[in-house]
Amino acid sequence: MLKTLENIGHQVTDAILRLGYAARFFIYSLSVSGESLRRLPLVIREIYFTGVMSLIIILVSALFVGMVLGLQGYNTLQRYGSSEAVGVLVALALVRELGPVVTALLFAGRAGTAITAEIGLMKATEQLSAMEMMAINPIARVVAPRFWAGVISMPILAALFSLVGVFGGYLVAVQLIGVDSGAFWSQMQSNVDFRDDIVNGVIKSVVFGVACTSIALFEGYDAPPTAEGVSRATTRTVVNSSLTVLALDFILTAFMLH
Amino acid sequence: MERSKIDVWVGIFVAIGFLALLALAMKVGNLTSSSVGDTYMVSAYFENVGGLKVRAPVKSAGVVVGRVDNISFDDDKKEALVTLHIDTRYHFDKETNASILTAGLLGEQYVGLDAGGDTEMLKNGDKIKMTQGAVVLEKLISQFLYNKASEGNDKTDKKAN
Repeated sequence: MLKTLENIGHQVTDAILRLGYAARFFIYSLSVSGESLRRLPLVIREIYFTGVMSLIIILVSALFVGMVLGLQGYNTLQRYGSSEAVGVLVALALVRELGPVVTALLFAGRAGTAITAEIGLMKATEQLSAMEMMAINPIARVVAPRFWAGVISMPILAALFSLVGVFGGYLVAVQLIGVDSGAFWSQMQSNVDFRDDIVNGVIKSVVFGVACTSIALFEGYDAPPTAEGVSRATTRTVVNSSLTVLALDFILTAFMLH
Repeated sequence: MERSKIDVWVGIFVAIGFLALLALAMKVGNLTSSSVGDTYMVSAYFENVGGLKVRAPVKSAGVVVGRVDNISFDDDKKEALVTLHIDTRYHFDKETNASILTAGLLGEQYVGLDAGGDTEMLKNGDKIKMTQGAVVLEKLISQFLYNKASEGNDKTDKKAN
């Protein structure tokens, strides 16, 4: 009885300690990021690896998500005789929710795991300690550039996701099924608001970018320096990022719809 | 990979990101239609605005000529005060009739303007005098039922006579 209570208490304090450690890590890497932003080539290199290399998976998924939305939306809407509204449905679903959220989930799987594994291995092979020996701050040199690269890449990827998704919906609804092209676009334009829908989508994707990247970085930095530790940290990155993104999405949506 | 190649790719990446955002704003969103040049402001009192929302379109003959800017409640008149922004390209006379209409059976509500016969045109800050509020479905139904019931009464009255 006492043993189980002790176990529960241990787990709770452990979780809180880790959370506090993660928060201090996050704040510290923000505080040294001025140094790394002055050395822009470092950030650009990381944008290449996290952003540009994720383009293919993001664009292909966006096309298919948009096409599926077009098919499903048309199938339901035509029962009510308003099949032209499929454009509104596809655009609003993508710009408000699916664009930022699916991009963040794919980003966590594609770029987040890479970040965690890379930093975990750097730690396991004592590259980070070697840097410290040479009086180079590993947080400023390794962690902060990756953080900013993720934060910059995410909104760009989300905007591309939404745009390509709308194009996919257009392909299915207008080209394949034959919904009127004028009604498709004009209904979309009269119902999608720039401030309320598009800007809010961008805000969401920036928040998800901060969340996904900092989780990936922290898990990598915190990983036990063994092969097993790195593999577990990579798994935790995906699980924690996905859950955080979905929970944050609910909170942000609740605020945005007041 | 050499640095300049990476720079080029990142440059392309950021540029298409901004282009995508611009395309979303222009093609998907309403940034183009909401900021159509200069507008002038007119206001109108309505008995009931129903489900009219700020930024709803103002239409004349089915064409969007402006947007609803603000909806507020006038405590003195106990009526709703709606301010409209109308494109300066379009001119309406002072006898213009403003009514709140519904697009389709269940669609969104908009303000419809029907030109009157006055020679003087509405200017910035003017008020539209002839208005017709939104139709409230419940009132319509109760009126219909009331009429039916009174019709029924008439018939029974006749039979009694």
